[in-house]
Amino acid sequence: MSKKLAEHNPGRKIFSSKIATTIVWLITIIWTVPTVGLLVTSFKTDEKILNEAWWDSLLNPDFTFANYKGVFLGDGTESLSAGVLPYFINSIAITLPATIFPIVIATMAAYALAWIRFRGSNFLFFSIFALQIVPLQMSLIPLLLLFTGGAHIGSIPIFPALGIAGEFAGIWLPHTMFALPLAIYLLHNFISNLPRDLMEAAHVDGANHFTIFRRIVLPLSIPGIASIAIFQFLWVWNDLLVALTFASGTEEVAPINNKLASLVGQYGSGYTQLSAGAFITIAIPLIVFFSLQRYFVRGLLAGSVK
Amino acid sequence: MSEFLSANIPKFTSVFTAIAAFFIILGLLFAIAGRANGKKARPLALVILLGPALVLLLAGLVIPGIRTILFSFMNPDSNKIIGLDNYRWMLEDPNIKTIMINTILWILVVPLFTAALGLLLAVMLDRTKHESIPKALLFMPMAISFVGASIIFKFVYEFNEPDQPQIGLLSAIVKFFGMTPSDWMLSKPLNTFLLMIIYVWTQMGFGMVILSAAIKGVPADIVEASALDGAHGWRLFRAITFPMVKGTFIVVLATGVVGALKVFDIVRTMTGGNFSTNVLANEMYSQTFVQFDQGKGSALAVVLFLLVTPILVYNIQSLRKERANK
Repeated sequence: MSKKLAEHNPGRKIFSSKIATTIVWLITIIWTVPTVGLLVTSFKTDEKILNEAWWDSLLNPDFTFANYKGVFLGDGTESLSAGVLPYFINSIAITLPATIFPIVIATMAAYALAWIRFRGSNFLFFSIFALQIVPLQMSLIPLLLLFTGGAHIGSIPIFPALGIAGEFAGIWLPHTMFALPLAIYLLHNFISNLPRDLMEAAHVDGANHFTIFRRIVLPLSIPGIASIAIFQFLWVWNDLLVALTFASGTEEVAPINNKLASLVGQYGSGYTQLSAGAFITIAIPLIVFFSLQRYFVRGLLAGSVK
Repeated sequence: MSEFLSANIPKFTSVFTAIAAFFIILGLLFAIAGRANGKKARPLALVILLGPALVLLLAGLVIPGIRTILFSFMNPDSNKIIGLDNYRWMLEDPNIKTIMINTILWILVVPLFTAALGLLLAVMLDRTKHESIPKALLFMPMAISFVGASIIFKFVYEFNEPDQPQIGLLSAIVKFFGMTPSDWMLSKPLNTFLLMIIYVWTQMGFGMVILSAAIKGVPADIVEASALDGAHGWRLFRAITFPMVKGTFIVVLATGVVGALKVFDIVRTMTGGNFSTNVLANEMYSQTFVQFDQGKGSALAVVLFLLVTPILVYNIQSLRKERANK
């Protein structure tokens, strides 16, 4: 869309200037160099990791896949005992449900808020909108207590312990809860703009809300849902705080980001594997980002440009 | 290998069981509730469509938020009320003073830099041919986690003894200009600013992209007309472009403030909050899960909440205005 505008308005690019182009490319290079540095470092040999700079390594190449092999499969040393592969799998096991659940629940809620009239609907929408800015930190302790010990008033139990702390469900649930305010708000923007005639025609034809939701709202909202799903996916994949709080940090449930953060303190050979591990971790988001950039940008714009 | 498989295949089983169960339950609810007609149909649809979200929001955000406020007036194990002691501790403890100063620095410096740099690039990109390549590269760090970004910059900030070869980019540049590099993460107050650079590096793309879209939205004929009137460069920007994207600029600033307030991952990964780089969100985590003091942790969370309230109020007001204009 923006590209077309630029092409069709000759006036738009009158100002395309050499200075602007130079500045943009200069900053782009500065911005990209750190990532390139990590990529090159991750292929350096153990001996060179601490005493040869990566830009020197580029001049006299002596690269190895050993770090990646070590990171994935473990190299028998204590630093990465069994490799990061189990954690990588955990990340997938956490991210899929923690993306699907909140998006589905939020789409349902957004439809109800936009198209089913009831008293207090406006107030509810504003309250949910307000919740999106409340720091996660406000929820962590009570939520963890709820998972481990249930809820009490005084000594009277009003809710049993869920017993899901340290399990996948104990991470899916908080992610789902925390994602809802923003997801509902963004999807509401999208769904409330669907054509009114279409909804009314469906009602006249005798369709109930569930049919309308499944047959009309869902198919038409796919672009909006896709962009928000990408955001949620990246958010969960990149999260540290929720995982640190609700996953036990073990091979059974902790995501790879968690593992990586705990490796940072190690030096020497831990260092080569740190770079390889980091690159594996950021590879997935980067693939998602570059292949779905259009949706990604659309999601950003939906949330912020008024 | 077989050990690995037996440990990891159940993970996928539980994921797919959970997803399948989720959709089966929803499908059943839809099918059953869809049969209702007459007066009951609408309330039933509301309960099923809106109910799950409301229950999760209440159980996950509203009630825990209230409990955190209550905990902030209680002892470490949250079983005895101790009044304002946790807040008094914050006023008296010298560490908290450093933390507060750092947090304020973060919310002053970071949003301004992210938004200003984003605006500069958005303006320049508008005058660059083939803008999509630099745009994608500048935007890329947004997809990288703060932990990943921290590790990337750990290698940039790496420091070897002055007589050794420098493998960190920063140290090498400093050495190139004939100065002596130092252990960057230990040099205060510089270290806090070096941590801020990591944040700006990841988040600048956000401002750039939405400001870029806003600039593209400025009608071309206005730009042309004022160019014919002799407005160029800085004057054109000040008179036309900036006023028209001001609203978006404020959105970027506000997002930056909220993000900078909650910064946790970078500090945790780079310094663990040591060497005078600690911030509020990290101290909240440390008090709660390292010191096991739920009272102090909760009080710190409440302060965090109070600090975002002005932005919350501002956001609600602008949403109100926007809806009124519809």
